[in-house]
Amino acid sequence: MATETTGGTEAAGMPQLEFSTFPNQIFWLVIALLAIYFILSRIAMPRIAAVLAERQGTITNDLAAAEELKLKAVEAEEAYEKALADARAEAHQIVAEAKAEIQAELDVEIQKADAEIAAKTAESEKAIAAIRESAAESVKEVAKDTAKELVAVLGGKADARTVTAAVNARMKG
Amino acid sequence: MEGDIAQMGQFIGAGLAAIGSGAAAIGVGHVAGNFLAGALRNPSAAAGQTATLFIGIAFAEALGIFAFLVALLLMFAV
Amino acid sequence: MADEAKGGIEIHPMDQFIVEPLFGDGAIHWYTPTNVTLWLFFAVVAVTLLMVVGTRGRAIVPSRSQSVGEMAYGFVYKMVEDVTGKEGLKYFPYIFTLFLYILLANFLGLIPGSFTTTSHIAVTAVLAGAVFVTVTVLGFVKNGAGFLSLFWVSSAPLVLRPILAIIELISYFVRPVSHSIRLAGNVMAGHAVLKVFAGFAASLGVFSFIPIFGIVAIYALEVLVSAIQAYVFTILTCVYLKDALHPHH
Repeated sequence: MATETTGGTEAAGMPQLEFSTFPNQIFWLVIALLAIYFILSRIAMPRIAAVLAERQGTITNDLAAAEELKLKAVEAEEAYEKALADARAEAHQIVAEAKAEIQAELDVEIQKADAEIAAKTAESEKAIAAIRESAAESVKEVAKDTAKELVAVLGGKADARTVTAAVNARMKG
Repeated sequence: MEGDIAQMGQFIGAGLAAIGSGAAAIGVGHVAGNFLAGALRNPSAAAGQTATLFIGIAFAEALGIFAFLVALLLMFAV
Repeated sequence: MADEAKGGIEIHPMDQFIVEPLFGDGAIHWYTPTNVTLWLFFAVVAVTLLMVVGTRGRAIVPSRSQSVGEMAYGFVYKMVEDVTGKEGLKYFPYIFTLFLYILLANFLGLIPGSFTTTSHIAVTAVLAGAVFVTVTVLGFVKNGAGFLSLFWVSSAPLVLRPILAIIELISYFVRPVSHSIRLAGNVMAGHAVLKVFAGFAASLGVFSFIPIFGIVAIYALEVLVSAIQAYVFTILTCVYLKDALHPHH
């Protein structure tokens, strides 16, 4: 390399290859690196490591606390759900009871009404039967009388008893 | 500028050596492009490989820097 | 040299990386306080502000600055745990130191007019070399000669194994190189491009708004790259550590 001969402060060639400055650069570089190394390893790195560890610890603790709170929240939710279900069941029960009561009342009323209806029906039936009876009697009377008259008109002497028996036989037959 | 053949040779040589920088650029582009192609196919694996990417780029680039250095030496140091 | 630029455009994209003494302009000895020293000091201050002052509240519910510090802690912690497993957590302070230093040095370097310590190969080589030595020593201490099984791919056919062993060995020793150049190269390239665009803006007069838009876009990209490079450096450290703890394929 030709630079070894040039040297000096003249801007000839690459300053990087100015070998006369190498010992100087190396000397100061080593000092600077040692300084940085000691600053880092004695002060900065233990401090940062401690801070990071502390933060890690805090985060872990916070996470645990959060987990606990979450569990609590889940428990509370469960209790709430249970209460809700209970209330719902109770409401159902009340509804069912009310329904049963109403049903029972309704049944009683219906029965009463049925009985009344049945009594009325029986009464009417009796009345109808009486009417029918009397109607049948009247028909018998009319038939007897008619039969007597007919016999008389035809010239016979009607025996009341025979006529009645004949009419009765006819009415039955 | 009168007929200094040696100086002309220096300059021509420096210019030729500078071509090497372009070649290194091709190399670096190749590395990065292939990395991107692979990363798009499998994005989940890409994050773990960026260190490899940079090492590859560094190796490709170092040789280009050597060419640049030769150019500098020819220009300034010979 | 490109510095003898033509056509009126004077761009010195590499000037921002020059190491110079803070006081006077004598020779740079190994103990001379330089702009590297200043910005490394700022990185230490930034780490202190973020991780010590920001977390002083020790609150369970973190303040804004405390949660940023905790996020960074948790991010790297998870990364180490995912990649290396439980055994790797012993080395978490070491990896966290690397991550925070790279991330904050990258971001500090994005302040206009600042000096970016991570753009220097000397710096990143120390970081990557330290990782390499640590991982190799750790591998042999933990596994003894069994660590060499890392290179003996037992799943490959027997004929191929010696060839694979050579390839694995080479790739093992290339690790610190790519590990360091990747970080320095990314940061350096971004800053140099910003400077080139700034040079355009200075020379275009009325039309300078076009490169200024470009600067805004590239600046945004650089913010992203700063974070990604810190992440990549850290995760590769984790991967190498995993190889040392569990060398069997």
